Amino acid sequence: MLFSVLVETRLRPGIADPQGHTIERSLPHLGFEGISGVRVGKAFRFSLEAADEATAQAHADEVTRRFLINPVIEDADVVVSVGEPA
Amino acid sequence: MGARVGVVLFPGSNCEMDVAEAVRDLGGEAEILWHGDATVGGVDAVVVPGGFAHGDYLRPGAIARFSPIMEAVSAFAADGGPVVGICNGFQVLTEAGLLPGALQKNAGLKFLCTTTTLRVETTSTVLTSEALVGDELRIPINHFEGNYTCDVETLAMLRAEDRVVVRYVENPNGSVDDIAGVCNEGRNVVGLMPHPERACHELVGSVDGVPLLRSLLATAAVGARSA
Repeated sequence: MLFSVLVETRLRPGIADPQGHTIERSLPHLGFEGISGVRVGKAFRFSLEAADEATAQAHADEVTRRFLINPVIEDADVVVSVGEPA
Repeated sequence: MGARVGVVLFPGSNCEMDVAEAVRDLGGEAEILWHGDATVGGVDAVVVPGGFAHGDYLRPGAIARFSPIMEAVSAFAADGGPVVGICNGFQVLTEAGLLPGALQKNAGLKFLCTTTTLRVETTSTVLTSEALVGDELRIPINHFEGNYTCDVETLAMLRAEDRVVVRYVENPNGSVDDIAGVCNEGRNVVGLMPHPERACHELVGSVDGVPLLRSLLATAAVGARSA
């Protein structure tokens, strides 16, 4: 079966985010008010062939933990769904 | 014969010849080790040099840690062999789990290319055995992701175990606790963002990298004799 996978990564709580900080500081100068807590992450989308959804989830979790994130500083949400990526 | 230092070459490394030249100037032998070979070729020390291994895609060091040579480097380190990661090499060693913590984008989001002053914090490592605690060394930095970070527990451990090897006198990049370099528990693996190999000749403005590389060669020579 073909599954589509979305991995969203973010810096772990307490890890400084220089990009998020810079974006947040620049927002008022651009006229955007009331925005706080900006954190920058990454998103990965890919297709995955697996026998069933549980296997696909385990496989996607493994590749995320071992490769897509650095667990010292990053967390991720891994969402697996049936079918082609949107 | 001097100690044999292997310098790992990844696609995208760009400081390997600087390291090799500095080692040879100090009387050591240097050889380039290709990342695709699963061996360190019997050298007495390994340097993972600066650059952009595998283009730094995904994260600096994230792909390099899976290069075939890294298993050999890990085994060499586990055996007590001296391993030093400089700049991108430091990033590779943290990604490979040979050193704690991680290197993030610089606070201020600027690529930094300047000379920094480092303070030697411990002499009980393969890179600082011939220096003195408190020595201030002028060594260049050249990085975008040199902002050392780790969790509170790791930082407490590094301090308690005297594993912060060098600190910036003036923090250029936001590194936690002004950390410029750390070592592993065995003190035979050291990573640092500044480039000692670029401060080994008066023509380039500083020779303060010499005591660091001389320390590595001295440690490596001991290994060579006992092998």
